[in-house]
Amino acid sequence: MESVLGRYRNLIILVGVLFLQVLGLAVQVKTGAEKETRLIRLWTVGMITPFERGLVWVQSSAGNLWHNYFYLRGVRAENRELKEQIEQMRLEQVRLTEDATQAHRLQMLLAFKEQFVSKTVAAQVIGTSGSDLSRIVYIDKGENAGIKPDMAVITADGVVGKVLLAGTNEARVLLISDQTSGVGAILEKSRLQGVLRGTANGEIVLERVMSDEQVQPGETVLTSGGDQIFPKGLRVGTVTNVANGKDLFLNITIKPAANLGKLEEVLVLTEKQEREAVAEDNGRVRAADILAQRLPSVPDKPAGDPNAAGTADGVAKPATGTGTANATPKPSGTGANPPAGAIKSTAAPSPPNAKVTPKTAPPSTPTAATQKPKPVNSASTETKPPTRAETSTDPSIVEQKPAPPATQPEPPPQDNSPQ
Amino acid sequence: MPITYTSGEQVEVYRFSLPVTIGVPLVALIIQAYIPKYVPGFAVYVDLPLLVTIFFAMARRNPIAGLFTGAIIGLAQDMLGHNLIGIYGIAKTVVGYGASSLGVKLDLENAGARLLVTLGFYLVHSAVYFTVARALVNMTQHWSWPHGILAGLVNGLIGVLLYFLLDRFKQRT
Repeated sequence: MESVLGRYRNLIILVGVLFLQVLGLAVQVKTGAEKETRLIRLWTVGMITPFERGLVWVQSSAGNLWHNYFYLRGVRAENRELKEQIEQMRLEQVRLTEDATQAHRLQMLLAFKEQFVSKTVAAQVIGTSGSDLSRIVYIDKGENAGIKPDMAVITADGVVGKVLLAGTNEARVLLISDQTSGVGAILEKSRLQGVLRGTANGEIVLERVMSDEQVQPGETVLTSGGDQIFPKGLRVGTVTNVANGKDLFLNITIKPAANLGKLEEVLVLTEKQEREAVAEDNGRVRAADILAQRLPSVPDKPAGDPNAAGTADGVAKPATGTGTANATPKPSGTGANPPAGAIKSTAAPSPPNAKVTPKTAPPSTPTAATQKPKPVNSASTETKPPTRAETSTDPSIVEQKPAPPATQPEPPPQDNSPQ
Repeated sequence: MPITYTSGEQVEVYRFSLPVTIGVPLVALIIQAYIPKYVPGFAVYVDLPLLVTIFFAMARRNPIAGLFTGAIIGLAQDMLGHNLIGIYGIAKTVVGYGASSLGVKLDLENAGARLLVTLGFYLVHSAVYFTVARALVNMTQHWSWPHGILAGLVNGLIGVLLYFLLDRFKQRT
Protein backbone atom coordinates (compact mmCIF):
# COMPACT_ATOMS: atom_id res chain seq x y z
CA MET A 1 0.00 0.00 0.00
CA GLU A 2 2.80 2.37 0.98
CA SER A 3 4.68 1.62 -2.20
CA VAL A 4 1.61 2.48 -4.26
CA LEU A 5 1.19 5.77 -2.40
CA GLY A 6 4.87 6.53 -2.83
CA ARG A 7 4.84 5.66 -6.48
CA TYR A 8 1.82 7.80 -7.30
CA ARG A 9 2.49 10.47 -4.71
CA ASN A 10 2.77 13.31 -7.23
CA LEU A 11 -0.36 12.27 -9.05
CA ILE A 12 -2.32 11.93 -5.82
CA ILE A 13 -1.30 15.42 -4.71
CA LEU A 14 -2.21 16.81 -8.13
CA VAL A 15 -5.66 15.23 -7.95
CA GLY A 16 -6.07 16.47 -4.38
CA VAL A 17 -5.17 20.07 -5.29
CA LEU A 18 -7.45 19.99 -8.32
CA PHE A 19 -10.25 18.48 -6.26
CA LEU A 20 -9.95 21.25 -3.67
CA GLN A 21 -10.15 23.92 -6.35
CA VAL A 22 -13.15 22.29 -8.00
CA LEU A 23 -14.79 22.13 -4.59
CA GLY A 24 -14.08 25.82 -4.12
CA LEU A 25 -15.64 26.56 -7.49
CA ALA A 26 -18.73 24.57 -6.58
CA VAL A 27 -19.12 26.48 -3.33
CA GLN A 28 -18.82 29.79 -5.18
CA VAL A 29 -21.33 28.76 -7.82
CA LYS A 30 -23.79 27.78 -5.11
CA THR A 31 -23.40 30.75 -2.80
CA GLY A 32 -22.33 33.58 -5.08
CA ALA A 33 -18.74 34.42 -5.81
CA GLU A 34 -18.67 38.07 -4.80
CA LYS A 35 -20.20 37.53 -1.39
CA GLU A 36 -17.95 34.67 -0.38
CA THR A 37 -14.70 35.92 -1.83
CA ARG A 38 -14.95 39.65 -1.17
CA LEU A 39 -12.23 39.80 1.49
CA ILE A 40 -9.72 37.60 -0.25
CA ARG A 41 -10.11 39.61 -3.45
CA LEU A 42 -9.64 42.85 -1.55
CA TRP A 43 -6.42 41.52 -0.01
CA THR A 44 -5.02 40.56 -3.40
CA VAL A 45 -6.01 43.87 -4.92
CA GLY A 46 -4.54 45.67 -1.92
CA MET A 47 -1.26 43.87 -2.56
CA ILE A 48 -1.11 44.70 -6.27
CA THR A 49 -2.55 48.21 -6.50
CA PRO A 50 0.14 50.07 -4.52
CA PHE A 51 2.67 49.04 -7.16
CA GLU A 52 0.33 50.02 -9.96
CA ARG A 53 -0.38 53.30 -8.26
CA GLY A 54 3.36 53.92 -8.10
CA LEU A 55 3.79 53.09 -11.77
CA VAL A 56 0.96 55.44 -12.72
CA TRP A 57 2.49 58.19 -10.58
CA VAL A 58 5.92 57.81 -12.14
CA GLN A 59 4.46 57.75 -15.64
CA SER A 60 2.17 60.74 -15.12
CA SER A 61 4.93 62.75 -13.42
CA ALA A 62 7.31 62.13 -16.29
CA GLY A 63 4.56 62.96 -18.79
CA ASN A 64 3.64 66.16 -16.98
CA LEU A 65 7.26 67.24 -16.80
CA TRP A 66 7.68 66.74 -20.51
CA HIS A 67 4.40 68.23 -21.66
CA ASN A 68 4.24 71.13 -19.21
CA TYR A 69 7.84 72.29 -19.24
CA PHE A 70 9.51 71.13 -22.43
CA TYR A 71 7.12 70.18 -25.18
CA LEU A 72 5.11 73.41 -25.55
CA ARG A 73 5.17 73.68 -29.33
CA GLY A 74 1.90 74.92 -30.76
CA VAL A 75 0.44 75.87 -27.41
CA ARG A 76 -0.30 79.45 -28.46
CA ALA A 77 -2.13 78.36 -31.58
CA GLU A 78 -4.02 75.76 -29.61
CA ASN A 79 -4.94 78.37 -27.02
CA ARG A 80 -6.31 80.63 -29.74
CA GLU A 81 -8.35 77.80 -31.21
CA LEU A 82 -9.71 76.87 -27.82
CA LYS A 83 -10.79 80.44 -27.17
CA GLU A 84 -12.66 80.48 -30.44
CA GLN A 85 -14.19 77.18 -29.51
CA ILE A 86 -15.32 78.58 -26.17
CA GLU A 87 -17.05 81.45 -27.92
CA GLN A 88 -18.88 79.04 -30.19
CA MET A 89 -19.83 76.86 -27.28
CA ARG A 90 -21.22 79.84 -25.40
CA LEU A 91 -23.54 80.55 -28.28
CA GLU A 92 -24.50 76.90 -28.39
CA GLN A 93 -25.08 76.93 -24.65
CA VAL A 94 -27.62 79.71 -25.01
CA ARG A 95 -29.57 77.68 -27.52
CA LEU A 96 -29.40 74.52 -25.44
CA THR A 97 -30.47 76.37 -22.34
CA GLU A 98 -33.62 77.40 -24.10
CA ASP A 99 -34.26 73.82 -25.21
CA ALA A 100 -33.67 72.52 -21.70
CA THR A 101 -36.00 75.07 -20.22
CA GLN A 102 -38.70 74.04 -22.62
CA ALA A 103 -38.10 70.38 -21.84
CA HIS A 104 -38.32 71.04 -18.12
CA ARG A 105 -41.57 72.87 -18.60
CA LEU A 106 -43.05 70.00 -20.55
CA GLN A 107 -41.78 67.47 -18.03
CA MET A 108 -43.37 69.47 -15.25
CA LEU A 109 -46.68 69.40 -17.08
CA LEU A 110 -46.45 65.63 -17.23
CA ALA A 111 -45.13 65.33 -13.66
CA PHE A 112 -42.11 63.41 -14.85
CA LYS A 113 -39.44 62.38 -12.45
CA GLU A 114 -35.95 63.41 -13.40
CA GLN A 115 -32.64 62.02 -12.31
CA PHE A 116 -29.84 64.48 -11.84
CA VAL A 117 -26.22 63.70 -11.46
CA SER A 118 -25.51 65.77 -8.42
CA LYS A 119 -22.07 64.60 -7.37
CA THR A 120 -19.17 62.85 -9.07
CA VAL A 121 -15.74 61.76 -7.97
CA ALA A 122 -12.88 61.82 -10.45
CA ALA A 123 -10.63 58.79 -10.34
CA GLN A 124 -7.65 57.50 -12.24
CA VAL A 125 -7.47 54.04 -13.77
CA ILE A 126 -4.47 52.27 -12.30
CA GLY A 127 -4.78 48.78 -13.67
CA THR A 128 -6.82 46.00 -15.20
CA SER A 129 -7.58 42.39 -14.40
CA GLY A 130 -4.93 41.35 -16.90
CA SER A 131 -7.29 38.89 -18.54
CA ASP A 132 -9.47 39.26 -21.60
CA LEU A 133 -12.03 37.02 -19.94
CA SER A 134 -12.60 39.42 -17.09
CA ARG A 135 -13.05 42.95 -18.37
CA ILE A 136 -12.54 45.07 -15.30
CA VAL A 137 -10.33 48.00 -14.37
CA TYR A 138 -9.09 49.28 -11.06
CA ILE A 139 -9.41 52.92 -10.02
CA ASP A 140 -7.46 54.75 -7.36
CA LYS A 141 -10.44 55.85 -5.26
CA GLY A 142 -12.46 53.72 -2.89
CA GLU A 143 -14.68 53.89 0.14
CA ASN A 144 -12.69 56.78 1.56
CA ALA A 145 -13.84 58.89 -1.41
CA GLY A 146 -17.45 57.81 -0.98
CA ILE A 147 -17.41 55.13 -3.66
CA LYS A 148 -19.71 52.18 -3.17
CA PRO A 149 -20.68 49.13 -5.24
CA ASP A 150 -23.18 49.64 -8.06
CA MET A 151 -22.24 53.26 -8.67
CA ALA A 152 -22.08 54.30 -12.32
CA VAL A 153 -18.71 55.10 -13.88
CA ILE A 154 -18.53 57.37 -16.91
CA THR A 155 -16.19 59.57 -18.91
CA ALA A 156 -16.93 62.70 -20.86
CA ASP A 157 -17.41 60.50 -23.92
CA GLY A 158 -19.83 57.99 -22.48
CA VAL A 159 -20.63 55.21 -20.08
CA VAL A 160 -17.77 53.03 -18.83
CA GLY A 161 -19.27 50.60 -16.34
CA LYS A 162 -20.22 50.22 -12.72
CA VAL A 163 -18.35 49.76 -9.46
CA LEU A 164 -18.22 46.12 -8.56
CA LEU A 165 -16.24 46.16 -5.37
CA ALA A 166 -14.91 49.07 -3.33
CA GLY A 167 -11.85 48.78 -1.14
CA THR A 168 -10.52 51.45 1.16
CA ASN A 169 -8.52 53.31 -1.46
CA GLU A 170 -9.29 51.46 -4.66
CA ALA A 171 -12.31 50.08 -6.44
CA ARG A 172 -13.00 47.49 -9.08
CA VAL A 173 -15.04 48.64 -12.07
CA LEU A 174 -16.89 46.19 -14.30
CA LEU A 175 -16.77 47.47 -17.87
CA ILE A 176 -19.88 47.41 -20.04
CA SER A 177 -17.98 45.13 -22.44
CA ASP A 178 -17.82 42.32 -19.88
CA GLN A 179 -20.02 39.29 -20.37
CA THR A 180 -21.65 39.67 -16.99
CA SER A 181 -22.55 43.34 -17.33
CA GLY A 182 -25.98 44.61 -18.30
CA VAL A 183 -27.04 48.18 -19.03
CA GLY A 184 -30.54 49.36 -19.80
CA ALA A 185 -30.28 51.20 -23.11
CA ILE A 186 -32.45 53.06 -25.56
CA LEU A 187 -31.87 53.98 -29.19
CA GLU A 188 -31.90 57.73 -29.59
CA LYS A 189 -34.05 58.05 -32.73
CA SER A 190 -36.21 54.96 -32.81
CA ARG A 191 -36.65 54.96 -28.98
CA LEU A 192 -36.36 51.17 -28.92
CA GLN A 193 -35.23 49.81 -25.60
CA GLY A 194 -32.96 46.88 -24.94
CA VAL A 195 -30.22 45.53 -22.73
CA LEU A 196 -26.54 46.04 -23.47
CA ARG A 197 -24.28 43.09 -22.82
CA GLY A 198 -20.66 42.25 -23.45
CA THR A 199 -19.63 39.17 -25.37
CA ALA A 200 -16.80 36.71 -24.93
CA ASN A 201 -14.75 38.45 -27.62
CA GLY A 202 -15.17 41.89 -26.06
CA GLU A 203 -17.91 43.25 -28.30
CA ILE A 204 -21.00 44.98 -26.95
CA VAL A 205 -24.41 43.93 -28.22
CA LEU A 206 -27.87 45.33 -27.68
CA GLU A 207 -30.24 42.52 -26.86
CA ARG A 208 -34.01 42.24 -26.67
CA VAL A 209 -34.87 44.31 -29.72
CA MET A 210 -37.42 42.52 -31.89
CA SER A 211 -36.32 41.59 -35.39
CA ASP A 212 -39.23 43.39 -37.03
CA GLU A 213 -37.95 46.76 -35.79
CA GLN A 214 -35.93 49.06 -37.99
CA VAL A 215 -32.52 49.94 -36.61
CA GLN A 216 -29.96 51.77 -38.69
CA PRO A 217 -26.19 51.61 -38.23
CA GLY A 218 -24.87 54.89 -36.89
CA GLU A 219 -27.76 55.45 -34.52
CA THR A 220 -26.76 56.64 -31.06
CA VAL A 221 -27.43 54.49 -28.02
CA LEU A 222 -28.21 56.12 -24.69
CA THR A 223 -28.86 54.80 -21.22
CA SER A 224 -32.53 54.27 -20.49
CA GLY A 225 -32.29 54.58 -16.73
CA GLY A 226 -34.17 51.34 -16.30
CA ASP A 227 -31.31 49.59 -14.53
CA GLN A 228 -31.38 52.06 -11.62
CA ILE A 229 -27.61 52.46 -11.92
CA PHE A 230 -27.07 54.77 -14.85
CA PRO A 231 -29.14 57.97 -15.09
CA LYS A 232 -31.19 58.28 -18.23
CA GLY A 233 -29.70 59.89 -21.30
CA LEU A 234 -25.99 59.15 -20.91
CA ARG A 235 -24.29 58.33 -24.17
CA VAL A 236 -23.29 54.68 -24.50
CA GLY A 237 -22.19 54.31 -28.11
CA THR A 238 -23.32 53.96 -31.69
CA VAL A 239 -24.79 51.08 -33.64
CA THR A 240 -22.21 49.56 -35.98
CA ASN A 241 -23.94 46.45 -37.23
CA VAL A 242 -27.46 45.06 -37.27
CA ALA A 243 -28.15 41.42 -38.03
CA ASN A 244 -30.87 38.92 -37.36
CA GLY A 245 -30.17 37.01 -34.18
CA LYS A 246 -31.83 34.04 -32.61
CA ASP A 247 -35.30 33.89 -31.05
CA LEU A 248 -36.80 36.69 -33.14
CA PHE A 249 -34.41 39.28 -31.75
CA LEU A 250 -31.97 41.48 -33.60
CA ASN A 251 -28.26 41.16 -33.01
CA ILE A 252 -27.15 44.78 -32.74
CA THR A 253 -23.46 45.46 -32.29
CA ILE A 254 -22.48 48.65 -30.53
CA LYS A 255 -19.26 50.61 -30.62
CA PRO A 256 -18.81 52.15 -27.18
CA ALA A 257 -18.52 55.93 -27.04
CA ALA A 258 -15.86 55.77 -24.35
CA ASN A 259 -12.56 54.21 -25.32
CA LEU A 260 -12.74 51.25 -22.98
CA GLY A 261 -9.37 49.96 -24.06
CA LYS A 262 -7.47 53.06 -23.02
CA LEU A 263 -9.17 54.52 -20.01
CA GLU A 264 -7.19 56.96 -17.92
CA GLU A 265 -9.53 59.19 -15.95
CA VAL A 266 -13.12 58.38 -15.12
CA LEU A 267 -15.94 59.92 -13.11
CA VAL A 268 -17.86 57.92 -10.53
CA LEU A 269 -21.42 59.11 -9.97
CA THR A 270 -21.55 59.07 -6.22
CA GLU A 271 -24.83 60.87 -5.87
CA LYS A 272 -27.87 61.29 -8.04
CA GLN A 273 -31.12 62.91 -7.15
CA GLU A 274 -34.56 62.10 -8.34
CA ARG A 275 -37.07 64.90 -8.30
CA GLU A 276 -39.90 66.26 -10.29
CA ALA A 277 -39.04 68.62 -13.08
CA VAL A 278 -39.14 72.26 -12.14
CA ALA A 279 -39.78 74.70 -14.93
CA GLU A 280 -38.78 78.29 -14.72
CA ASP A 281 -41.48 80.85 -14.90
CA ASN A 282 -40.52 82.22 -18.26
CA GLY A 283 -43.62 81.39 -20.18
CA ARG A 284 -44.89 84.93 -20.09
CA VAL A 285 -42.12 86.65 -21.95
CA ARG A 286 -43.63 89.22 -24.21
CA ALA A 287 -42.36 90.17 -27.60
CA ALA A 288 -41.86 93.69 -26.30
CA ASP A 289 -39.58 92.32 -23.61
CA ILE A 290 -37.52 90.42 -26.14
CA LEU A 291 -37.31 93.47 -28.34
CA ALA A 292 -36.33 95.60 -25.42
CA GLN A 293 -33.63 93.18 -24.51
CA ARG A 294 -32.18 93.29 -27.97
CA LEU A 295 -32.26 97.01 -28.29
CA PRO A 296 -29.72 99.10 -26.50
CA SER A 297 -31.10 101.41 -23.87
CA VAL A 298 -29.98 104.16 -21.57
CA PRO A 299 -28.94 102.76 -18.27
CA ASP A 300 -29.67 104.32 -14.95
CA LYS A 301 -26.98 106.48 -13.63
CA PRO A 302 -24.75 104.55 -11.36
CA ALA A 303 -25.23 105.41 -7.75
CA GLY A 304 -22.68 107.43 -5.94
CA ASP A 305 -21.56 104.46 -3.95
CA PRO A 306 -18.42 103.14 -5.63
CA ASN A 307 -19.15 99.70 -4.25
CA ALA A 308 -22.07 99.46 -6.62
CA ALA A 309 -19.93 99.81 -9.71
CA GLY A 310 -19.68 96.13 -10.35
CA THR A 311 -23.41 95.71 -10.77
CA ALA A 312 -23.92 97.85 -13.82
CA ASP A 313 -24.09 95.09 -16.35
CA GLY A 314 -27.22 93.76 -14.82
CA VAL A 315 -26.04 90.24 -14.36
CA ALA A 316 -25.03 89.17 -10.97
CA LYS A 317 -21.34 88.71 -11.05
CA PRO A 318 -19.24 86.09 -9.47
CA ALA A 319 -17.15 87.25 -6.61
CA THR A 320 -14.12 87.43 -8.85
CA GLY A 321 -15.69 90.09 -10.98
CA THR A 322 -15.09 88.22 -14.19
CA GLY A 323 -18.70 87.54 -15.00
CA THR A 324 -19.93 87.83 -18.54
CA ALA A 325 -23.26 88.71 -20.05
CA ASN A 326 -24.19 85.08 -20.29
CA ALA A 327 -23.00 84.11 -16.87
CA THR A 328 -25.32 82.42 -14.49
CA PRO A 329 -26.22 84.73 -11.65
CA LYS A 330 -24.83 83.57 -8.39
CA PRO A 331 -26.42 84.25 -5.06
CA SER A 332 -23.07 85.27 -3.72
CA GLY A 333 -22.68 88.04 -6.26
CA THR A 334 -22.13 91.53 -5.14
CA GLY A 335 -25.13 93.00 -6.86
CA ALA A 336 -27.73 90.35 -7.01
CA ASN A 337 -30.79 92.52 -7.51
CA PRO A 338 -29.94 95.49 -9.65
CA PRO A 339 -32.41 97.90 -11.15
CA ALA A 340 -34.07 96.74 -14.29
CA GLY A 341 -32.84 99.70 -16.24
CA ALA A 342 -29.34 98.81 -15.38
CA ILE A 343 -29.95 95.28 -16.54
CA LYS A 344 -30.66 96.47 -20.03
CA SER A 345 -27.58 98.58 -20.20
CA THR A 346 -25.44 95.74 -21.44
CA ALA A 347 -24.23 96.86 -24.83
CA ALA A 348 -23.89 93.44 -26.37
CA PRO A 349 -27.33 92.33 -27.48
CA SER A 350 -27.85 88.90 -26.08
CA PRO A 351 -30.62 86.46 -26.81
CA PRO A 352 -33.59 86.70 -24.54
CA ASN A 353 -32.83 83.55 -22.65
CA ALA A 354 -29.19 84.13 -22.22
CA LYS A 355 -29.49 84.50 -18.49
CA VAL A 356 -30.09 81.22 -16.76
CA THR A 357 -32.11 81.50 -13.64
CA PRO A 358 -31.26 79.21 -10.77
CA LYS A 359 -33.83 76.54 -10.10
CA THR A 360 -33.99 77.59 -6.50
CA ALA A 361 -35.67 80.88 -7.31
CA PRO A 362 -38.55 81.50 -4.95
CA PRO A 363 -42.02 81.41 -6.45
CA SER A 364 -42.82 84.90 -5.29
CA THR A 365 -40.36 86.51 -7.64
CA PRO A 366 -42.88 87.50 -10.32
CA THR A 367 -44.46 89.92 -7.89
CA ALA A 368 -41.12 91.49 -7.34
CA ALA A 369 -41.06 92.44 -10.97
CA THR A 370 -43.54 95.18 -10.35
CA GLN A 371 -41.49 96.78 -7.66
CA LYS A 372 -39.59 99.92 -8.30
CA PRO A 373 -35.92 99.58 -8.97
CA LYS A 374 -33.96 99.49 -5.81
CA PRO A 375 -30.97 101.67 -5.25
CA VAL A 376 -27.84 99.89 -6.32
CA ASN A 377 -26.09 100.27 -3.02
CA SER A 378 -28.94 98.53 -1.27
CA ALA A 379 -28.71 95.69 -3.75
CA SER A 380 -25.26 94.82 -2.56
CA THR A 381 -26.70 93.42 0.62
CA GLU A 382 -29.30 91.40 -1.23
CA THR A 383 -28.23 87.83 -1.71
CA LYS A 384 -31.24 86.68 -3.71
CA PRO A 385 -30.42 86.34 -7.40
CA PRO A 386 -32.62 88.06 -9.96
CA THR A 387 -35.05 85.76 -11.67
CA ARG A 388 -36.02 85.97 -15.28
CA ALA A 389 -39.45 87.19 -14.28
CA GLU A 390 -37.87 90.10 -12.53
CA THR A 391 -35.78 91.09 -15.45
CA SER A 392 -38.22 90.55 -18.24
CA THR A 393 -41.50 91.94 -16.94
CA ASP A 394 -40.36 95.11 -15.36
CA PRO A 395 -42.29 97.94 -17.01
CA SER A 396 -39.27 100.18 -16.89
CA ILE A 397 -37.68 98.11 -19.59
CA VAL A 398 -40.14 98.93 -22.30
CA GLU A 399 -40.56 102.50 -21.19
CA GLN A 400 -36.95 103.33 -21.71
CA LYS A 401 -36.03 104.87 -24.98
CA PRO A 402 -33.58 102.97 -27.07
CA ALA A 403 -30.30 104.73 -27.39
CA PRO A 404 -27.50 104.06 -29.81
CA PRO A 405 -24.63 102.13 -28.34
CA ALA A 406 -22.28 105.03 -28.87
CA THR A 407 -24.18 107.12 -26.37
CA GLN A 408 -23.82 104.65 -23.61
CA PRO A 409 -21.80 105.94 -20.75
CA GLU A 410 -18.49 104.35 -20.02
CA PRO A 411 -18.76 101.79 -17.30
CA PRO A 412 -17.07 102.53 -14.04
CA PRO A 413 -13.43 101.61 -14.05
CA GLN A 414 -13.93 98.76 -11.59
CA ASP A 415 -16.32 97.04 -13.95
CA ASN A 416 -14.35 94.64 -16.06
CA SER A 417 -17.26 92.82 -17.56
CA PRO A 418 -17.39 92.58 -21.37
CA GLN A 419 -19.19 95.46 -23.03
CA MET B 1 20.67 19.55 -28.40
CA PRO B 2 17.28 21.13 -28.42
CA ILE B 3 15.48 18.36 -26.59
CA THR B 4 17.59 15.78 -24.87
CA TYR B 5 16.29 12.66 -23.24
CA THR B 6 18.29 12.16 -20.10
CA SER B 7 17.95 10.35 -16.84
CA GLY B 8 16.77 12.25 -13.81
CA GLU B 9 20.26 12.24 -12.33
CA GLN B 10 21.81 13.89 -15.37
CA VAL B 11 19.37 16.77 -15.53
CA GLU B 12 20.38 19.73 -13.44
CA VAL B 13 17.92 20.89 -10.82
CA TYR B 14 17.82 24.57 -9.92
CA ARG B 15 16.48 26.51 -7.03
CA PHE B 16 15.67 30.16 -6.52
CA SER B 17 16.07 32.59 -3.67
CA LEU B 18 12.98 33.63 -1.70
CA PRO B 19 12.85 37.19 -3.14
CA VAL B 20 12.95 35.78 -6.67
CA THR B 21 10.36 33.11 -5.85
CA ILE B 22 7.94 35.72 -4.57
CA GLY B 23 9.03 38.75 -6.57
CA VAL B 24 9.03 37.37 -10.11
CA PRO B 25 5.43 36.07 -10.03
CA LEU B 26 4.34 39.30 -8.33
CA VAL B 27 6.02 41.44 -10.98
CA ALA B 28 4.46 39.27 -13.69
CA LEU B 29 1.01 39.80 -12.18
CA ILE B 30 1.57 43.56 -11.88
CA ILE B 31 2.78 43.89 -15.48
CA GLN B 32 -0.06 41.71 -16.70
CA ALA B 33 -2.53 44.01 -14.97
CA TYR B 34 -0.79 47.27 -15.91
CA ILE B 35 0.11 46.93 -19.60
CA PRO B 36 -3.46 46.36 -20.89
CA LYS B 37 -4.29 49.86 -19.64
CA TYR B 38 -2.24 51.12 -22.60
CA VAL B 39 -2.17 48.11 -24.93
CA PRO B 40 -5.61 46.47 -24.84
CA GLY B 41 -4.53 43.50 -26.95
CA PHE B 42 -1.82 42.53 -24.47
CA ALA B 43 -4.20 40.58 -22.24
CA VAL B 44 -5.65 38.80 -25.28
CA TYR B 45 -2.34 37.39 -26.51
CA VAL B 46 0.08 37.38 -23.60
CA ASP B 47 -0.11 35.54 -20.29
CA LEU B 48 2.98 36.43 -18.29
CA PRO B 49 1.94 34.50 -15.16
CA LEU B 50 1.70 31.38 -17.32
CA LEU B 51 5.21 31.93 -18.67
CA VAL B 52 6.55 32.36 -15.14
CA THR B 53 4.75 29.19 -14.06
CA ILE B 54 6.30 27.22 -16.91
CA PHE B 55 9.75 28.61 -16.20
CA PHE B 56 9.77 27.83 -12.49
CA ALA B 57 8.24 24.41 -13.03
CA MET B 58 10.78 23.42 -15.69
CA ALA B 59 13.74 24.77 -13.73
CA ARG B 60 12.86 23.12 -10.42
CA ARG B 61 11.91 19.82 -12.06
CA ASN B 62 9.78 18.91 -9.07
CA PRO B 63 6.15 18.12 -9.94
CA ILE B 64 4.83 18.96 -6.48
CA ALA B 65 6.60 22.32 -6.40
CA GLY B 66 5.46 22.92 -9.97
CA LEU B 67 1.81 22.24 -9.30
CA PHE B 68 1.78 24.40 -6.18
CA THR B 69 3.55 27.23 -8.02
CA GLY B 70 0.93 27.02 -10.75
CA ALA B 71 -1.93 26.83 -8.27
CA ILE B 72 -0.79 29.88 -6.29
CA ILE B 73 -0.08 32.02 -9.36
CA GLY B 74 -3.34 30.94 -10.99
CA LEU B 75 -5.42 31.66 -7.90
CA ALA B 76 -3.82 35.09 -7.57
CA GLN B 77 -4.71 35.77 -11.19
CA ASP B 78 -8.27 34.67 -10.50
CA MET B 79 -8.52 37.08 -7.61
CA LEU B 80 -7.61 40.03 -9.81
CA GLY B 81 -10.52 39.30 -12.11
CA HIS B 82 -14.15 39.01 -11.21
CA ASN B 83 -14.81 35.47 -12.38
CA LEU B 84 -14.99 32.57 -9.98
CA ILE B 85 -11.77 31.86 -8.12
CA GLY B 86 -10.18 28.63 -9.23
CA ILE B 87 -10.51 28.56 -13.01
CA TYR B 88 -7.03 29.92 -13.69
CA GLY B 89 -5.88 28.05 -10.59
CA ILE B 90 -6.89 24.68 -12.03
CA ALA B 91 -5.46 25.47 -15.47
CA LYS B 92 -2.10 26.60 -14.10
CA THR B 93 -1.92 23.72 -11.64
CA VAL B 94 -2.12 21.32 -14.57
CA VAL B 95 0.47 23.31 -16.52
CA GLY B 96 2.82 23.51 -13.52
CA TYR B 97 2.59 19.78 -12.98
CA GLY B 98 3.03 19.03 -16.66
CA ALA B 99 5.97 21.39 -17.16
CA SER B 100 7.86 20.09 -14.14
CA SER B 101 7.15 16.47 -15.12
CA LEU B 102 8.49 17.24 -18.56
CA GLY B 103 11.47 19.01 -17.05
CA VAL B 104 12.36 15.87 -15.11
CA LYS B 105 12.70 13.93 -18.35
CA LEU B 106 13.92 16.56 -20.80
CA ASP B 107 16.60 19.20 -20.71
CA LEU B 108 15.03 22.27 -22.20
CA GLU B 109 17.71 24.92 -22.53
CA ASN B 110 17.43 25.56 -26.24
CA ALA B 111 15.40 28.50 -27.53
CA GLY B 112 13.55 26.40 -30.11
CA ALA B 113 12.61 23.78 -27.56
CA ARG B 114 11.43 26.43 -25.16
CA LEU B 115 9.29 28.01 -27.89
CA LEU B 116 7.62 24.69 -28.73
CA VAL B 117 7.08 23.78 -25.09
CA THR B 118 5.55 27.17 -24.32
CA LEU B 119 3.27 26.92 -27.35
CA GLY B 120 2.16 23.47 -26.24
CA PHE B 121 1.53 24.46 -22.65
CA TYR B 122 -0.35 27.58 -23.74
CA LEU B 123 -2.74 25.37 -25.68
CA VAL B 124 -3.04 22.98 -22.73
CA HIS B 125 -3.76 25.93 -20.45
CA SER B 126 -6.40 27.30 -22.82
CA ALA B 127 -8.01 23.90 -23.21
CA VAL B 128 -8.23 23.32 -19.46
CA TYR B 129 -9.57 26.83 -18.89
CA PHE B 130 -12.13 26.39 -21.66
CA THR B 131 -13.27 23.04 -20.28
CA VAL B 132 -13.58 24.21 -16.69
CA ALA B 133 -15.28 27.47 -17.65
CA ARG B 134 -17.83 25.78 -19.86
CA ALA B 135 -18.41 22.52 -18.07
CA LEU B 136 -18.20 23.54 -14.43
CA VAL B 137 -19.07 27.23 -14.36
CA ASN B 138 -21.28 27.52 -17.44
CA MET B 139 -19.42 30.54 -18.80
CA THR B 140 -19.84 31.43 -22.46
CA GLN B 141 -16.57 30.57 -24.18
CA HIS B 142 -15.56 30.18 -27.80
CA TRP B 143 -12.68 28.03 -28.90
CA SER B 144 -10.61 29.29 -31.79
CA TRP B 145 -7.62 27.35 -33.13
CA PRO B 146 -6.13 30.29 -35.08
CA HIS B 147 -6.31 32.52 -32.05
CA GLY B 148 -4.91 29.79 -29.80
CA ILE B 149 -1.94 29.07 -32.06
CA LEU B 150 -1.20 32.73 -32.70
CA ALA B 151 -1.36 33.56 -29.00
CA GLY B 152 0.72 30.49 -28.25
CA LEU B 153 3.42 31.64 -30.66
CA VAL B 154 3.40 35.16 -29.24
CA ASN B 155 3.72 33.72 -25.74
CA GLY B 156 6.45 31.40 -26.97
CA LEU B 157 8.51 34.26 -28.40
CA ILE B 158 8.09 36.40 -25.30
CA GLY B 159 8.75 33.32 -23.17
CA VAL B 160 12.08 32.61 -24.88
CA LEU B 161 13.29 36.12 -24.09
CA LEU B 162 11.89 36.00 -20.57
CA TYR B 163 13.43 32.60 -19.81
CA PHE B 164 16.89 33.80 -20.81
CA LEU B 165 16.40 36.79 -18.52
CA LEU B 166 15.22 34.64 -15.64
CA ASP B 167 18.04 32.13 -16.17
CA ARG B 168 20.26 34.64 -14.35
CA PHE B 169 18.38 34.00 -11.12
CA LYS B 170 18.93 30.25 -11.23
CA GLN B 171 20.99 28.75 -8.45
CA ARG B 172 22.49 25.28 -8.69
CA THR B 173 21.42 22.91 -5.94
